[in-house]
Amino acid sequence: MAVPALRGSVRFLRQSLTIASKDLRSELRTKEALNASVAFALVILLLFSFAFEPTEVETRQISGGLLWLVFAFAGALILNRSFARELANDCLDALVAAPISGAALFLGKALANLALLLAVELVCLPVFGVFYNVPWTLQFWPLMLVVLLGTWGLTVVGTMFSALTVNLRLRELMLPMLVYPIMVPGLLAAVQLTTPLVMGQPLAGDLIPWLRLLIAFDVIFTALALALVETVLVR
Amino acid sequence: MNPVQVAGVWKFYGDFPALRDVGFEVQPGACMALLGRNGAGKTTLLRIVAGLARPTRGSVSVCGAESRDRASRHSIGVLGHGISLYDELSAFENLHLFGRIYGLAEPKRAATEWLERTGLARVRDGLVREFSRGMRQRLAVARAFLHEPSVLLLDEPFTALDDRAIALLQTLLRDALAGGRTIVISTHQLREALALATHVALLVRGRLAHTGERTAEMLEDTGWLYRHYGEA
Repeated sequence: MAVPALRGSVRFLRQSLTIASKDLRSELRTKEALNASVAFALVILLLFSFAFEPTEVETRQISGGLLWLVFAFAGALILNRSFARELANDCLDALVAAPISGAALFLGKALANLALLLAVELVCLPVFGVFYNVPWTLQFWPLMLVVLLGTWGLTVVGTMFSALTVNLRLRELMLPMLVYPIMVPGLLAAVQLTTPLVMGQPLAGDLIPWLRLLIAFDVIFTALALALVETVLVR
Repeated sequence: MNPVQVAGVWKFYGDFPALRDVGFEVQPGACMALLGRNGAGKTTLLRIVAGLARPTRGSVSVCGAESRDRASRHSIGVLGHGISLYDELSAFENLHLFGRIYGLAEPKRAATEWLERTGLARVRDGLVREFSRGMRQRLAVARAFLHEPSVLLLDEPFTALDDRAIALLQTLLRDALAGGRTIVISTHQLREALALATHVALLVRGRLAHTGERTAEMLEDTGWLYRHYGEA
């Protein structure tokens, strides 16, 4: 009983990684979404630094909101391409017809999106530190944990809605309209955690409930997406 | 048990019935030519058999399992309207990718072998976006046959093929039939389809107007079937 289950899990993970590596390879060859996303994120950071000219203290106070605004907007450009990439040559049909579960396909795409989003964020964070004169590395590893959890939430919801909107003509508009309202609890928790961490406060005390909310958001939406994606892909 | 069984299939797009109570079976080693005018429901039916769409009513089984079942997807090879290949990947990478997805024991060997069989070995590492239309179609054929499926579902496979690709596809399909595989082929190119087919099914406005063996008179006069069973 345990051996077939283990074999099934290994096959599931292997297929997910195959899809993830295919997506990453395709994106790294064209750099369509990555270039647009990095450029967009840097432009927002630059424009905000010109627009507000805040002091160091004020910057730290708005850092969580500012960073997650940039991550969410720039992330939409990557997430939009996730399933849209499969439309050319009807590649999605070949994947749906293949013996790969919708959940494995979804997880593979989500992992590739996570890697791309994290790459954009890792470019943004040092630029944010320089433009806004903020020593953002005071709580480096706790901040990385929050960035990872928040980005996973954004990736899961965004990848799911990328699958749902892939056949819509206005998908570039529809994706952010659908994703951002659903992301509110996750983004709220990420913002509430990021601001104190950038200010050097340790990840403890009254920050823990926000961390729990962020983890719960990730777990719930990951489970929902894995359960529902097959229905979304085959209509 | 017949490898393809379609029973009482209806498909509605909104209020419009694209398929109305369609039912047929295809025997092992048979080639069913699915014929009909534009909009008759051929592509919709093939998509449902391939597990790419769900029927509103009715059932479809492939090799004894529901068409979305993992086991049946292993035994289906689909060649649709699009080539279903990634432009940013090389010919080898595309076939290797699908070999891995289908869980082949040796995906690299299978990819290399099919590149040779389709005459694409010399452009193994060339990106698909740099290929001519004929080369892309040959690679699409290789992708569909890569995992040695026992049921082949082909939607307009001869469209936009050059002479070489048509000859290649016909050879592969004849080999597949000789090997006991089952083929369902939807096409407007009656001469090519009827030359291969052992059976025909004619769809008229989503309804199955005729199903049966392909006869000699159909082969001699490709318009015979439409005149006798189709709409005027």
